[in-house]
Amino acid sequence: MSSEALIIFFIGGVIMVGAGILASNLLAPKSKNPLKAEPYECGVPTQGTSWIQFRVGYYLFAILFLIFDVETVFIFPWAVVMKKVGLSAFIEILIFLIILGLGLLYAWKKKALKWE
Amino acid sequence: MKWLYDFSYLTRAIHEGLSARFEPGTVVILEMVLVGITFMLLFALLGLVLVYAERKVSAVIQQRLGPMRVGKWGTAQTLADVIKLLLKEPLINKDADKFLFNLAPFVIMIAAFMAIAALPFAKGLHAIDFDIGILYVAAVSSLGVIGILLAGWSSNNKYSLIGAMRAGAQIISYELSVALSLLTIVVLTGSLQFSTIVESQADGWWIFKGHIPAMIAFVIFLIASTAETNRGPFDLAEAESELTAGFHTEYSGLKFAFFFLAEFANMFIVAGIGATVFLGGWMPFHIGSWEGFNAVMDFIPPIFWFFGKVGFMIFLMMWFRWTFPRLRIDQLLTLEWKYLLPINLMNIVLMAFLSLMGWHF
Repeated sequence: MSSEALIIFFIGGVIMVGAGILASNLLAPKSKNPLKAEPYECGVPTQGTSWIQFRVGYYLFAILFLIFDVETVFIFPWAVVMKKVGLSAFIEILIFLIILGLGLLYAWKKKALKWE
Repeated sequence: MKWLYDFSYLTRAIHEGLSARFEPGTVVILEMVLVGITFMLLFALLGLVLVYAERKVSAVIQQRLGPMRVGKWGTAQTLADVIKLLLKEPLINKDADKFLFNLAPFVIMIAAFMAIAALPFAKGLHAIDFDIGILYVAAVSSLGVIGILLAGWSSNNKYSLIGAMRAGAQIISYELSVALSLLTIVVLTGSLQFSTIVESQADGWWIFKGHIPAMIAFVIFLIASTAETNRGPFDLAEAESELTAGFHTEYSGLKFAFFFLAEFANMFIVAGIGATVFLGGWMPFHIGSWEGFNAVMDFIPPIFWFFGKVGFMIFLMMWFRWTFPRLRIDQLLTLEWKYLLPINLMNIVLMAFLSLMGWHF
């Protein structure tokens, strides 16, 4: 099938989850009780909201990921033509990866990879 | 039995049968619906079989019997669990963001559904044969992390939020290694299309033909894909002993079941990609000029080869899960950024060098 058929996989996912949740809503028993709507934490009433500022470490890794993911996207077309192009492609990727490796080393030295 | 070896006979027969009865436009829609239903059934079947397999494998490793009561050897246990989950009351936390809370299972299942579209199951049995197959799978399978983040954040529960943030950091980190280890093989195949990659392994699987770099890439792929599916020693996102259930703490009933199903479906998808790229997909195992042996191997239909290899990889992942202790978040990120990523980059250069010198089969 051609790639337009992808839409059926999107619809399939929607139908599967939607039908499941609908069936569950129809079949499952319901009883109102305010205690049931409490957050499931430790038993004692929850203190404050959970929507708070989060530690910066995660964002650092997200930024690093962005850099290396873009790099991966550059490697995709290179990997496809590597065999055909030969030596020049090899030298180019070597230069590309050395520059990126320096970037990783820099992040390493700056302790961006350290979790504390 | 010809169709068992080449499914294009079967698909063509269905296409012709439908064309004889309906208009061309209707045929396209009917075929799409047929494919949709087939994959929904596949998903349901995967859930039932893999949950049972997981419980039995864990039981064997821990010297227990596992589920034994429902059905013969407990085979109907998962079905009973599904019915139980269907009849459970769906609860929503009073402070939750209700729209995102309900959206999360959809996102996670749609990502899994769309990723499975690209897998080649057997000769001629291929929903959509993308010419950018590997890029497509890498792109779509990473959409699942959005569902996890939505689930964790919208629950308004501290455990969920911590689990979701961990899952986010973990999945995006290990995605790099998955993509790069697959690219190591793409250097040899010169194509991102799954059908071409499988065809190129007719005379031997890439894990054998690609020498040591291919084996390193396979090991990295196995580790990184286990991490990407949030399993095994990398299940920090749902670490039961510290976070109750991580990002799906607040979910109950069938919505919870969909997270579970998506986890197993993702496991099947990464195992399928690994089997296709490294272990030859549906290609039988051949040894050089042993013609008798090769003929016996050819006698086993391709679909059994594919599911056998996928089953083997899934078994490895289950084995990891029940053997290794869980990592801490700092160990997890160290493993990826200080070991796997640099090794992977060097490995890809080494592979490019091998292909340049023609030092592979």
